[in-house]
Amino acid sequence: MRPETLNVEVWRGGERGAFQSFTVPRRQNQTVLDVVTEIQREQDPTLAYRFACRVGMCGSCAMVVNGRPRWTCRTRVSEAAPADGALRLEPLRNFTIVKDLAVDMAQFFDKWRDAHGYFEPGARPAADFATVPPATPARQAADVAIECIGCGVCYSACDVVAWDEDYLGPAALNRAWTLVNDVRDAGQAARLAAVAGDDGCQCCHTHMSCTSFCPKAIAPTYSIAGLKRSLFWQALKGGAR
Amino acid sequence: MMRASHRQPGYVAALLHRLSGIALAIFLPLHFLALATALNGAAALDSFLAITHAPLVKASECLLVAALATHMTLGLRILAVEFLNIRERTVAVLTGCAAAVCAVGLAFLLNVV
Amino acid sequence: MTAALFLAHRISAMVLALAVAVHLATILYAIRGGLTAADILARTHGNIGFFAFYSAFVAAVAFHAPIGLRNVIREWTPWRGPSLDAVLAAVAVALLVLGMRAVIAVYVA
Repeated sequence: MRPETLNVEVWRGGERGAFQSFTVPRRQNQTVLDVVTEIQREQDPTLAYRFACRVGMCGSCAMVVNGRPRWTCRTRVSEAAPADGALRLEPLRNFTIVKDLAVDMAQFFDKWRDAHGYFEPGARPAADFATVPPATPARQAADVAIECIGCGVCYSACDVVAWDEDYLGPAALNRAWTLVNDVRDAGQAARLAAVAGDDGCQCCHTHMSCTSFCPKAIAPTYSIAGLKRSLFWQALKGGAR
Repeated sequence: MMRASHRQPGYVAALLHRLSGIALAIFLPLHFLALATALNGAAALDSFLAITHAPLVKASECLLVAALATHMTLGLRILAVEFLNIRERTVAVLTGCAAAVCAVGLAFLLNVV
Repeated sequence: MTAALFLAHRISAMVLALAVAVHLATILYAIRGGLTAADILARTHGNIGFFAFYSAFVAAVAFHAPIGLRNVIREWTPWRGPSLDAVLAAVAVALLVLGMRAVIAVYVA
């Protein structure tokens, strides 16, 4: 017999704040996003949170649900808080909190830029379209990592980001790896230099939380391993020169 | 509530890898100093080895051997992920590491008591 | 960790993988029936093979341990920067000196 109500603890405030308790009715097929929306619309209009598409495409609704970063629109209450469990909602970890469940994504995207996670066309545009067979190893390596939509779940999950706030993080490095494998890109040397420093890819210790929690089933761990390999061989050849 | 990232097998492995590394780094200078007593002759090394007969010391040695095996097996896993471009089945790999550590620890224990 | 430190750390790791495997096997073999100085020194005295092996072992450790500790200290404590690097370089030298002293000790004893 399903309990009638669900207890929800929601973080209120900024870096300093407290959990506030709410109670909502349990409903069939309820998602955590449904719960947060109901609280904000029916009980406390001052609650701040984000969502957009509500169908698992945009990644805007990411937050920490019962200790785990995930998309609230794709998290069923029945899975996150089974039986008479409770829900605990917190903003994404490793981000500056704006208010309640909404975080400032600026540093996340700044690191994307710092890791050269953008396409570099070069000084002269190509004369013709590039021919990139999808089955080539480089394109396959890029394709398995290309679907990232910048939701921040991996960044929230990463222990190294928690320990070293300058670490570029899994999303930025994953994107850099897709571009390292892009044969059209002309900025490879600068990109490898950008991911090589004391806050770069070598900081990853293969905890693999990013890979476990990515809602798009991307494995940043292996992208970062690819960057480590590229830098390793480059350093080896550089040393042998 | 423990954060989910701390319940991941990869995190537990990394923590064990790190703690065993720290233990070995502390132990190593002591190991070098102990062996260097041989500079004063075999008898000097022997009188040092005499303290290793104490049960507490044997237990510590067993833990150190286990720490060495832990650090090596988990380190091999890291080298494999980073250089062999493999997608591992993490739980299976870590179980194998744990089994190897138990085997080494047991082999040491059975021979030292 | 920079690319150069990463290179040194991972290469020393590969050397240590072999060295530790040999060392563990040697330990498990040698401790059977108790271990005395005579047992150890009978194996290592005047043995150039063991000398070369342990020298390589010590060199690898002198790179591997301080770089590993650097990661731990930078991530788990507020200490970082040139002072940390200087201290760890000194640790590396200390490990090298103490290690070679031990290797020489069991070679000549």
